Amino acid sequence: MSNIAITDAGPSTSAKPFLTRLAGGFVSRLVIIVPYLWLLFFFFIPFIIVFKISLSQSAIAMPPYTPVLDFRDGISGFFSGFRELSFDNYVWLTQDALYFKAYVTSVIIAAISTVLTLLVGFPIAYGMARAPATIRPTLLMLVILPFWTSFLIRVYAWIGILKPEGLLNQLLLSLHIINQPLIILNTYTAIFIGIVYSYLPFMVLPLYSSLEKMDYSLIEAAKDLGCPPTAAFWKITFPLSLPGVIAGCLLVFIPAVGEFVIPDLLGGSQTLMIGKTLWNEFFANRDWPVSSAVAVILLLLLIVPIMLFQQAQARAQEQDK
Amino acid sequence: MKSLGSIRRDFAPWNDPNAKPYIQFENVTKKFGDFTAVNNLSLTIFEREFFALLGASGCGKSTLLRMLAGFEEPTAGRILLDGQDLRGIPPYRRPVNMMFQSYALFPHMSVEKNIAFGLKQEGMPAPDIEKRVAEMLKLVKLEQFAKRKPHQLSGGQRQRVALARSVAKRPKVLLLDEPLGALDKKLREETQFELMDLQQELGLTFVVVTHDQEEAMTTADRIAIVDRGEVMQVATPAEVYEAPSSRFVAHFVGNVNMFEGKVAERAANTTRITGATGAQIVVENSTDTKAGSDIVFAIRPEKIKVTSKKPADAVNALEGEVYDVAYLGDMTVYHIRLDDGQIIRASALNAARVTEDPLTWNDRAWVSFRPDAGVVLTR
Repeated sequence: MSNIAITDAGPSTSAKPFLTRLAGGFVSRLVIIVPYLWLLFFFFIPFIIVFKISLSQSAIAMPPYTPVLDFRDGISGFFSGFRELSFDNYVWLTQDALYFKAYVTSVIIAAISTVLTLLVGFPIAYGMARAPATIRPTLLMLVILPFWTSFLIRVYAWIGILKPEGLLNQLLLSLHIINQPLIILNTYTAIFIGIVYSYLPFMVLPLYSSLEKMDYSLIEAAKDLGCPPTAAFWKITFPLSLPGVIAGCLLVFIPAVGEFVIPDLLGGSQTLMIGKTLWNEFFANRDWPVSSAVAVILLLLLIVPIMLFQQAQARAQEQDK
Repeated sequence: MKSLGSIRRDFAPWNDPNAKPYIQFENVTKKFGDFTAVNNLSLTIFEREFFALLGASGCGKSTLLRMLAGFEEPTAGRILLDGQDLRGIPPYRRPVNMMFQSYALFPHMSVEKNIAFGLKQEGMPAPDIEKRVAEMLKLVKLEQFAKRKPHQLSGGQRQRVALARSVAKRPKVLLLDEPLGALDKKLREETQFELMDLQQELGLTFVVVTHDQEEAMTTADRIAIVDRGEVMQVATPAEVYEAPSSRFVAHFVGNVNMFEGKVAERAANTTRITGATGAQIVVENSTDTKAGSDIVFAIRPEKIKVTSKKPADAVNALEGEVYDVAYLGDMTVYHIRLDDGQIIRASALNAARVTEDPLTWNDRAWVSFRPDAGVVLTR
């Protein structure tokens, strides 16, 4: 699109036939419209439906909430349904400490896992970016390879590894490192292991792409100016990889907050996370309105800080130019 | 050969047997796997010298610089700086700074932060840093760009920031890797002189790596011609040009004509050479060459005179035909095909605006030169 804008401003375009320009404008406009249509149909409209359900009341019916907002009673019936909508479910969320605790634990678990993933992922990405150019595609392939197996199966596999009589404990016992099996399964540790393992590629890939772009002579220049290697890392490498760090952290943090499968399979029944709470409300209690309210709050919880952050970044970039 | 000295008349420590060497490469070899980048090379550089390493890309000149900076360690031999063996000293503890070919400016820091970077590492107090940075900005005339980021500067400005950053710490030696390589021709010529002035002003030792012979000739006190990891000749620009030590050097620096033949007759100080087709020339030659042995006489184009008639008093005059003429404004370059088939390049300064009866394509012409206008090469 920027192309079009530039050529439009140029004097040479006046020679172009009007129709060609119009067609070109249409095609390029279509190209940007498609993702917006996608977002509209598969994100915005579903979100509006969920939001509407969150304002409804639970009912023993099919679907299990009222009002349904349909045209069975004509257009007036559709509009009169609006009067029954209320924020009761949101009030309810503040009254039961369970939800608040679940939100807080989820955010804390997601934050800790994100930091752990970063700690594990950074050396991997750095090693890949510094590897000889010929083997980099292979390394990249290895990072994506786990995606070829079902996520669920891979998380199940961790049960076999982490359980008291599992592979890890057998190994440690046979090496006489421990005398008693470690209890890892059904603890928060297992959740951390599961999240770090599952989301590592999402951390490594953006980190790799920002580290790979970095000119290694910058490190040499820093050393040349009297900077020991560790200091050079913190003053040059890390600040320059920050876009990758941020992208990777967001890609891990956001899905980790709402994660359901990992806490359910590895964390046992005691762990309290919002994804599990939501699942319970929806399937065990069949309370669609409350679970919808939980989902809406979760979304706001994630989206608002990200948007604020992006705005701040855009402003910083603007200042730079 | 007293006229072939340094341009700085009072500066020629390499001729002084008592002068203390500042940087010494002693039998340095550097191998990367099977590839020998630097082969048993020895070199001496003096304090306050502007020293150029000149060679084609891949000849090992950058490896020499990187070994001096500490990014590479020699496989064998040693490097001394001011008498101290540099082996094992990491780059961040060496009193040398480098200006990188890519400039390697830190993109996330402003110009002044870039310049202050090395000073901060040193632990210099903040007010002193501020003073030094201001001084450096003034030196490279970038005062009003202090707050800019590197990507907001032009190529020439970036080059000057890189230069300011590398001299800010007042290193004992400044290493410059193709310092002007990324600039366009006009800017490059201007900057050459700025570099020389800067070196004089700061009194530092400069070691510059370049593949541009003009840059080396303009800026350096001495030039080392490097080929395949070995030094072919180390001499002042004038010596390298007027008295090249080998065919390689003669070809590498400037244009040259080579007369190949056999020694016909040898007098006290001159030698008569017979070419392949029988043409004879007489040249000054102090080397001991036996009659009948192969010999090469190298002569620069501007030392050859081109005339339409045979010059009466010339010792050496050969006849041919004008094959090509190129008018360059300040001078004209002739390619003359001699009657024995050899093509001679000769250039004439266009001292007058209008020449009567100028030589042109297919004209008969004579080339003439003095016996001492070129050198005999044995290598």
